[in-house]
Amino acid sequence: MEKNKTKKNKVLMAGNEAMAEAAIRAGCGFYAGYPITPQNELIAYMAKKMKPRNRVFVQAESELAAINMVFGASAAGVRAMTSSSSPGISLKQEGISYLAGASLPAVIINVMRGGPGLGSIESSQSDYFQATRGGGHGDYFTLTLAPWSVDEAARLVMLAFDLADYYRNPTLILADAIIGQMMEPVELILRKEFKKKIPKKNWALTGAKGRSPNIIRSFFLKEGLLETYNEYLRKKWNNIRKNEQRFSTYKTDKNKYLIVAYGSQARIVREAVDILRKENIKVGLFRPISLWPYPEKGLKRLAKGVKKVVVVEQSLGQMVEDVKLALPGKEVVFLGKAGGGIPQAKEIINLIKRNR
Amino acid sequence: MKKSFLLPKSLKNVDTHYCSGCGHGILHRLVAQAIDELNIREKTIGIAPVGCAVIAYNYWDFDVSEAAHGRALAVATGIKRCRPQNVVFTYQGDGDLASIGIAETLHSANRGENLTCIFVNNACYGMTGGQMAPTTLRGQKTITTPLGRDPESGDGWPLKLSEVLSVLDGVCFVARSSMSNPQGVKETYQYIKRAFINQIEKKGFSLVEVLSSCPTIWQKTPIDALRWIEDEMVKEFPLGVIKE
Amino acid sequence: MSVKEQKTFCFQVKVNRDKCKGCQLCIFYCPVGYLVLSSRLNKKGVKFAETKKDNECIGCGFCYLICPDACIEIHGKEQDKEK
Repeated sequence: MEKNKTKKNKVLMAGNEAMAEAAIRAGCGFYAGYPITPQNELIAYMAKKMKPRNRVFVQAESELAAINMVFGASAAGVRAMTSSSSPGISLKQEGISYLAGASLPAVIINVMRGGPGLGSIESSQSDYFQATRGGGHGDYFTLTLAPWSVDEAARLVMLAFDLADYYRNPTLILADAIIGQMMEPVELILRKEFKKKIPKKNWALTGAKGRSPNIIRSFFLKEGLLETYNEYLRKKWNNIRKNEQRFSTYKTDKNKYLIVAYGSQARIVREAVDILRKENIKVGLFRPISLWPYPEKGLKRLAKGVKKVVVVEQSLGQMVEDVKLALPGKEVVFLGKAGGGIPQAKEIINLIKRNR
Repeated sequence: MKKSFLLPKSLKNVDTHYCSGCGHGILHRLVAQAIDELNIREKTIGIAPVGCAVIAYNYWDFDVSEAAHGRALAVATGIKRCRPQNVVFTYQGDGDLASIGIAETLHSANRGENLTCIFVNNACYGMTGGQMAPTTLRGQKTITTPLGRDPESGDGWPLKLSEVLSVLDGVCFVARSSMSNPQGVKETYQYIKRAFINQIEKKGFSLVEVLSSCPTIWQKTPIDALRWIEDEMVKEFPLGVIKE
Repeated sequence: MSVKEQKTFCFQVKVNRDKCKGCQLCIFYCPVGYLVLSSRLNKKGVKFAETKKDNECIGCGFCYLICPDACIEIHGKEQDKEK
């Protein structure tokens, strides 16, 4: 047991805590948060672990303050993170838009719960639109990564810091209450998945010593300036779309049906795929890991030749739109439940059988 | 007596976009002058507000960040906590600091963030065309109080935020001055310098409220606008050190 | 009396006329009427503040302090009293 632990460095952790620990290991120097269920373990973990490591932890007075503190920390050149759950992420949208507008990196974790409004504290995937369409005002996107396990959640948080720094753009971890709350073994080593060299932050505010002043701004009043800035952003988005599509597949050999699902929902689909495969029904799982950019290249390739594509979500139908956009002319069947409802394996199996 | 009066090095020698007689120009210079005198230009980081002074970085010659409307002190908190060796200040108007950002203001002050906050009170929203501000005087006509601010009819009273903040334990220095005459400008400068020194000495949160004129919105000549500060604003917002 | 006190100062007020927006606050607060409004226009198209040749600046700094556009500098020069 002991030998195994040192070899694999695996520990049993809740998703929220694993994401917090991963952030610390990725060099997160500043965290500000505000309590909201179901992400409270995350802020508590940061409160306990950041200060002893000489990192900054602030319990902010609101989500607005938290995201703007992150803005400040990021402007000062420090890796900064905040976390919340759906209603709190809505409040953070102003700040996320400003981060994108000022080309500042930051990591934001959304442990999704049901909505709209105060909703409930049960798991949900109903913030997909908000996450992948910018969320706040203005023409921007946030890189969005969706983990399906505690181990992957930790891995993606580490990756998110690199992506944010490289592209100078906020990066969102779109987890859900199931991922945040459940406990699984997690390997806590810093994995350098991102291979590109991250440029030095010579734009950061450190005091204008031996250089001209650095200005962090998202305001471009002079005619034509904002258009130029938006064109720069367009190039950035295209670059990200080209290079950062991530997905994984499960049992997609010779499949007739492709089920698309992400996050905790993909685990349930995996179960359904196993059962259906045993019954000799050729079905596979396509699991987007990056929700923005949407892994449309991979989806197009894997959907080639399949009879039908089934999309399963814990929402009334959000990601399904991206699937339809990626696969024009393909028959797409949707199964979704919201408000804490979770499509079960049995329902997925029945749906596939009905659509044979 | 001082022999020469020269422009501070931390202030760029350029035209500003401010209206004739606007107080921002004086205050920009005072901030730059204090930074020069304390020799902290190379470690100063300013936070510009949303309002007329949003592009203050065009005039200051040191590192500056913008902040969303009202969030300057949250941004400043993030910067200062990460870089305690730097001198960080916010420059905010009445709408920014005392209305939309009052939660950030109060809590930054209450946490005793080691920051310098410069609060420009001109009793109106200038950039958006002259709406009622939290500090608009009783009876003062604005485009959203066309009959004059009437507390009895729900417009509220002029918000004395400096007095409110002065009772918080995290706050080490609060003072109010007026830039309506050369003596007031001198006093403002002394307060600003003290607020910076407090930060350098790690004393906590310092706030300087400055009564400043907005001749355009007030529809007065620059000289009459200064008179209005002395005749009307000072009655509602008494000058002097409120807490030290 | 020290040597210093036997000296006096003359002050030269420099107005950056093109930065001036003609608010006239310097003119209003000048205690000796040294600053006046020009009859000419600057590049902004406003009448700017200028110094009057026949008066003498006392170096109080009021104009420098109140100027909202940082267009005024006062250069003090030491000179002998007898001069």
